[in-house]
Amino acid sequence: MSDVDPSPAPPPQRVYRHRLPTRLWHWLNAVTLLVLLMSGLMIFNAHPRLYWGEYGANNDAAWLVIGSTPDTGYLRIGSLRVETTGVLGRWTNAEGVEKTWAFPGWATIPTSYNLADGRRWHLFFAWVLSIGLTLYMLWTVISGHLKKDLHVRRTEWSPRHIWHDVKDHARLRFPRGEAAARYGILQKLSYIGVIFILLPLMIATGLTMSPGINAGAPWLLDLFGGRQSARSIHFIAAWALVAFFFVHIAMVLLAGPVNEIRSMVTGWFRLPPEKDV
Amino acid sequence: MSEIILPRRQLIARVGGLAATLPLLSACDVINEASAVRKILSMGEEMNRASQRALVDRNAMAREFSRADLSPVFRANGTRLPAGKAYAAHAASGFADWRVAVTGLVARPLSLSMADIRAMPQRSQITRHDCVEGWSAIGQWTGVQLSRILAAAGVRDNARYIVFRCADRLGDALYYESCDMVDARHPQTILAWALNDAVLPIANGAPLRLRIERQLGYKHAKYVNAIEAVASLDGIGAGKGGYWEDRIDYEWYAGI
Repeated sequence: MSDVDPSPAPPPQRVYRHRLPTRLWHWLNAVTLLVLLMSGLMIFNAHPRLYWGEYGANNDAAWLVIGSTPDTGYLRIGSLRVETTGVLGRWTNAEGVEKTWAFPGWATIPTSYNLADGRRWHLFFAWVLSIGLTLYMLWTVISGHLKKDLHVRRTEWSPRHIWHDVKDHARLRFPRGEAAARYGILQKLSYIGVIFILLPLMIATGLTMSPGINAGAPWLLDLFGGRQSARSIHFIAAWALVAFFFVHIAMVLLAGPVNEIRSMVTGWFRLPPEKDV
Repeated sequence: MSEIILPRRQLIARVGGLAATLPLLSACDVINEASAVRKILSMGEEMNRASQRALVDRNAMAREFSRADLSPVFRANGTRLPAGKAYAAHAASGFADWRVAVTGLVARPLSLSMADIRAMPQRSQITRHDCVEGWSAIGQWTGVQLSRILAAAGVRDNARYIVFRCADRLGDALYYESCDMVDARHPQTILAWALNDAVLPIANGAPLRLRIERQLGYKHAKYVNAIEAVASLDGIGAGKGGYWEDRIDYEWYAGI
């Protein structure tokens, strides 16, 4: 390796990092998940209470409630109550009118309360998500992307290796040179977690809320512990995706946003040069 | 299906009217109102209907529960007490003179009394009621299968939908709903007159409410007094097949 003299100033090396299906699905998914989240919050506003089990309505015990008092808004999770006036449960819309819907207008599709339209957006983009995810999953298998780039190798499972990657992330020390073209263990686990666990979980819990699907696939009710449990899991998993989004954006910003975004648009990634030793 | 929703709708209409005159509507809402967008979004409903009809057996049953699973309180929604002297008189007489007209594309139009309905074979089922808003309640419903009434009336082959007319007025019209023949003939589709072994309370649709167990709550018409077999929904209300479908664009197929 080292018997060849490196040229004095090697141009930044470029690698073709993301193939077209990955780039297309990434951006389609970015839009789809945003629409699903915002229209989902509108649907939640119609009944801002969550339960465990088969049934749950206003007279039943809710584990999560977003509500309002005559002059405040609050979020209650279990016995923990947080005042959220201005953001959740009581907020002021763009016209200066005070509203007591759970999530504020800037976070929902459409902006003002409309369950029918929220459902139209949600149930259409649910199809975009499901079809896109299915095709992308198949592609990762057929193209070898899963085996080559996402598959966690045996050595990577070692606690030492994982801890090392955690420390590197905490110190914001990102791989350089050749290593930057490959995914680290935490990246692999996050992407596998989102593609093969969280997104399918969103779809499955969504379908479990469908009385029509319940008749055809009653096992889904048993899997998630009932329709209201499925609704709760759907809500929790949605926020797990939001958490993934924020970490993902933070990492892109820290690792070099221009290079990262360019690679997800054109496919080409500029390898950060090895640090001079 | 809710008096809570209606004032909201009026409020939204007023706020929306105001907002349209000011440049305050966000870009999202402009997109939301575009007719081409609405047409595309509505494809979701058709895909849900077609896929559920294709993948779920036409007689696949909604889950039935045991008495231990009953909701302690079965929440009432929508109209809780129909207005008007006629309904009040029916309620005062225990619905002794209530009649359900069965008309349209049938060989033998019927006018059934509550006694006629109770004299037919009955079905009792403990099922989960899912409101479009997101909540669920489990209750036990007893009544006659719609398929028996349709058979008694001799529904013609060209009937494609069953329309249900109700005695409760919401805003500008009496409530109405409709379903296709698959759900109309489904074994769990019943006209229920009892809830949890007691005579159906007025808040839950006395004397008769439709149970259409594989769809959301607004399809379960309450205070039913007429059933009509039709070939098309074009002449029913504004043509979308139901009160809320016509007014706020709820999906006609509410299986999800």
